[in-house]
Amino acid sequence: MRIYLYILVMAGVSYAIRALPLTVFRKPIKSRFIQSFLFYVPYVTLAVMTFPAILDATQSPISGALALVVGLAAAWFGADLFKTAVVCCAVVFVLEFFVV
Amino acid sequence: MTANTTRRQELLQGMRDGVPIGLGYFAVSFSLGILAKNVGLTPLQAAIMSLFNNASAGEYMGLTMMAAGATLWEMAVATLITNARYLLMSCAMSQRMDPAMPFRHRLFMAFDITDELFGITIARPGYLSPWYMYGGMIPAIPGWAVGTALGTLAGSILPLRVVSAFSVALYGMFIAIFIPPARKDKVIAVLVVLAFAASWGFASLPVVSDLSDGTRTIILTVILSAGAAALFPRKDGEGKEDGT
Repeated sequence: MRIYLYILVMAGVSYAIRALPLTVFRKPIKSRFIQSFLFYVPYVTLAVMTFPAILDATQSPISGALALVVGLAAAWFGADLFKTAVVCCAVVFVLEFFVV
Repeated sequence: MTANTTRRQELLQGMRDGVPIGLGYFAVSFSLGILAKNVGLTPLQAAIMSLFNNASAGEYMGLTMMAAGATLWEMAVATLITNARYLLMSCAMSQRMDPAMPFRHRLFMAFDITDELFGITIARPGYLSPWYMYGGMIPAIPGWAVGTALGTLAGSILPLRVVSAFSVALYGMFIAIFIPPARKDKVIAVLVVLAFAASWGFASLPVVSDLSDGTRTIILTVILSAGAAALFPRKDGEGKEDGT
């Protein structure tokens, strides 16, 4: 039951975030600070959530660390979302033949 | 050309462009399902969560909060912070709407504003086509929800090493979202490095490491983003185009 309440709150907030600007604000955001803040938020959040959590996601922190390095390189050289994700998985899959 | 054939063409084109998105979602949401299982969700709960959230980082954060036994209020704040970028995308989309379009389309389009669907929809010239976006949703929504449910189911059947490998898919996706803009923009690049360092510091330091993962993420995101916004405000228009 608790889990459904959590999901309800998540879904309600997620939908409100997406629907409110689209239905209410018909003009551009005026505040440059808020505009800039919202611009930076996704990148900071994702970076904070990625490290050091990726080290604990795998059986060995070594494979998590290498997946991070290879993922960073792949994305830097233009791999899209899907390719980067696949490369990270492959690194862990192969490396854990040896390190686990 | 009648309005109906245009709609149909828009819908079909959206479906075509949505197929690779749906496939990508399927693979990535699989690892979300593995996490959902570890937190104690059933496959049905995981599917419902994905069906109504359609947010990778947001759901990841939500599961982290569930695992930490967060209050519903904390969950709401965490979801708001993690999904704040959709607010910006929704703002950008609101500037490209046909004033004559029936209002209900705004409500339906809002349901699946994701990095990818926002990207393909806003990339087309002129007023946004709701039918094109609905076409994109047709493969994307089931791909995401079914992938999550299967990850929850198969997470226990698959060998540990395979589960371990799939677990980094989400992080790979996160990396692919923040690296391309970091490469183009020094402020974002420095922010990413600071975020890594601060996140590591917060996870190891006494006192702050006792806070939940979700709370630490919220605190760091607000401090770093507000600091960057104060020191390096974006020029007009710059903040709206890079949301994909």
